[in-house]
Amino acid sequence: MEYVVEMLNIRKEFGNFVANDNITLQLQKGEIHALLGENGAGKSTLMNVLFGLYQPEGGEIRVRGKKVDITNPNVANDLGIGMVHQHFMLVENFSVTENIILGSEPTRMGVTNKKDAADKVQALSKKYGLNVDPYAIIEDISVGMQQRVEILKTLYRGAEILIFDEPTASLTPQEIIELVQIMKRLIAEGKSIILITHKLKEIMDVSDRVTVIRKGQGIGTVITAETNPNELASLMVGRQVEFKTEKGPAFPKDEVLDIRDLVVLDYRGVAKVKNLNLNVRKGEIVGIAGIDGNGQSELIEAITGLRKVKSGTIFINEKDVTGLKPRKVTEAGVGHIPQDRHKHGLVLDFPIGHNIALQTYYTKPISKNGFIDYDKINEKAKQIIADFDVRTQGPHELARSLSGGNQQKAIIGREVDRDPDLLIAALPTRGLDVGAIEFIHSRLIEQRDNGKAVLLISFELDEVMNVSDRIAVIHDGEIVDIVTPETTTEQELGLLMAGHKLDDNVKGKLKEGEDQHVE
Amino acid sequence: MSNRATNILVPLVSVILGLLVGAVIMLVSGYNPVVGYTALWNGIFGDLYTIGETLRQITPYLLAGLAVAFAFRSGLFNIGVEGQLIVGWFAAAYVGVAVELPKIIHLPLAILAAAVAGALWGFVPGLLKAKFRVHEVIVTIMMNYIALHVTNALIKTVSDGGDRTEKIFTSASLRSEFFQNLTEFSRLHYGILLALIMVGVMWLILEKTTLGYELKAVGFNQNASEYAGMNVNKNIILAMVISGAFAGLAGAMEALGTFEYVSSKGGFTGIGFDGIAVALLGMNTPLGVIFGATLFGSLKYGALNMPNEAGIPLEIVEIVIAVIIFFVASGYIIRLLLLRAANKKKEAK
Repeated sequence: MEYVVEMLNIRKEFGNFVANDNITLQLQKGEIHALLGENGAGKSTLMNVLFGLYQPEGGEIRVRGKKVDITNPNVANDLGIGMVHQHFMLVENFSVTENIILGSEPTRMGVTNKKDAADKVQALSKKYGLNVDPYAIIEDISVGMQQRVEILKTLYRGAEILIFDEPTASLTPQEIIELVQIMKRLIAEGKSIILITHKLKEIMDVSDRVTVIRKGQGIGTVITAETNPNELASLMVGRQVEFKTEKGPAFPKDEVLDIRDLVVLDYRGVAKVKNLNLNVRKGEIVGIAGIDGNGQSELIEAITGLRKVKSGTIFINEKDVTGLKPRKVTEAGVGHIPQDRHKHGLVLDFPIGHNIALQTYYTKPISKNGFIDYDKINEKAKQIIADFDVRTQGPHELARSLSGGNQQKAIIGREVDRDPDLLIAALPTRGLDVGAIEFIHSRLIEQRDNGKAVLLISFELDEVMNVSDRIAVIHDGEIVDIVTPETTTEQELGLLMAGHKLDDNVKGKLKEGEDQHVE
Repeated sequence: MSNRATNILVPLVSVILGLLVGAVIMLVSGYNPVVGYTALWNGIFGDLYTIGETLRQITPYLLAGLAVAFAFRSGLFNIGVEGQLIVGWFAAAYVGVAVELPKIIHLPLAILAAAVAGALWGFVPGLLKAKFRVHEVIVTIMMNYIALHVTNALIKTVSDGGDRTEKIFTSASLRSEFFQNLTEFSRLHYGILLALIMVGVMWLILEKTTLGYELKAVGFNQNASEYAGMNVNKNIILAMVISGAFAGLAGAMEALGTFEYVSSKGGFTGIGFDGIAVALLGMNTPLGVIFGATLFGSLKYGALNMPNEAGIPLEIVEIVIAVIIFFVASGYIIRLLLLRAANKKKEAK
């Protein structure tokens, strides 16, 4: 078999830290080759070596059999290697075509020739079924569409080898399905793809082979058809991983959260939460399933006091907390794992110890007579760091330099340690790898088993199905149905989330389909 | 290269580079840089008198630097230290002239008046920022002009149409016989002790109090601070008030120590604006401000000797001083160059 790219025994060091140690990755022509590893395992480093952003300390790279020295990204470009970045590199107020030609604008007598470029973009878009309008402005098109522009950008520059860096991280389930189709189309046209990911489902769905790396070490390459998610997960993490989080039955008791006829407006004054009713009881996890932008953020912000309530009431432990300041809500017994950990969850330029004190810094014994005791803060932080397995050099390390998973564990530790009656967890596992996800899910369930109420907001159906005791489906600011995970299917949830009402006919059909799906 | 080594090496290399470029400027203008720098040195450390005067010059820079640094640490750019200093100067001088009281009451009262006046001048932009999100840079710049002309008008009123007030009563003066005897009758006064105490106060607020924790959190990330239940608006106002109080004290140094009166001004003193550079040189830390203020105060005062002793025109002197400060301020460029050199060495190995 012919290899288009071979990375042989690559070694990359940063000072004393070895980010890549003897990693080998061989990409066959026309395959989708997944690169699997936990956050911080060294996937991005390896790809940056291939893309010419880093120079390796050892090993060699061959492209189409010839040894090459990729000293910078331009060399990679000339070799036909293109990268679709996780965070798009697009100029928001430029058109699709303008973004694609940026840096290599075709000119006619000194004037940019956009017409020809747009035609070329159009043709490429058609060939690969991308369905992109070359004249659309980037800020007007969806995230999925923007990603296609990134793909077009590499194709326009003649890429034969495409690197996709965590391409599904910000996509909706529908967009993910479309992306998979696009990738298959690219392969059919003779391109080769390296897919960086830590999502096992995607790998099983689209890849031909998988190279696994763990803590900078190459673990090996396996053929996807001959493996299964369990094996991949244990290869990646280095131990057995439970997918279905162990969970006993729920024994819900009194209501902790009771929301009645809640209306919340967004910053433009448009109602995003419309007459919403919901309750969460002690000893249960209620999951809110829904597509991003259906009022989830506004709902959480209203409960936690970060956003004004237009009308309706929110009770916590039978106390009316509507319109109270965030601190009053917190003190009423609410813990909040915010959906954006960098914006709300952490002060990134504070040490991690300071961050762990973010909800308690003003209380005794940390604060006395206006003076703050950082020894006490660090003492407490050390305990939480140990209890929640936060991998850090210690409480003095800046929050910014922790990996996403460890930042999230620190936040969860902070919120859970206060033992709140109601824990609101908004997208608690976004961007995390299976090991961290497993840990976080078990912590949420532990809270439930300790008789606390948990409100989980997630865009991932697996997560909602796996962790919740009841699932409230939100669509356009309303709870359209409340179901239990035992009696529903992902398809059913998907329809509810899209705003369809389920009658018995549809349910029956879905049931049949589901039966055929059982492996 | 270790971190500590770069931390010492960077300012050192910066100063040397600045001196070298300054020397070139003197050379091409037809002056002897050795004579020029000798004059600068003598202007700073020449005798006990100049040392005393240099320390006196450093005093207001310390406080102005603290004012800017404190606001920066809370995420605010207080460009209005100049105005806050001017109102502080006036307030202290007015209290010093208007009443005669026992020193134990009069001096603290005059100092307090300066701090309150500066705080008030900082409160207005703080309030506008908190309530209406008006950017503090615009408001503080305008408040500088208001301060300048309002105090000029007040001086006229207080002095019956004159352009300076009476000398303050000695009961309100910071002058120190002890320091004067020590430094051959320079104008060095007790203010420098107050300024150093304030360095400690800033450190205490930022590093030891709950308020400091909140101010820094708000400075770094307002969203997370709000999430944590902090009153972001209150913290913005408080930061500006405290910053303004430091600036007002800088004014008190001039009113009660150096000049013992206030006269109407044709333009700004410049101390408040230099405070921005002092704070940035000191990376907005209390100890760093001491370093920045010392550098600024020494160079500014020592430079006055260069026209006298070396015959170099004041314009050239100011260019030389600016170049030295420029190089120190561009420390990060030097840091980058040093790092690159170190990497090259490593690669060559």
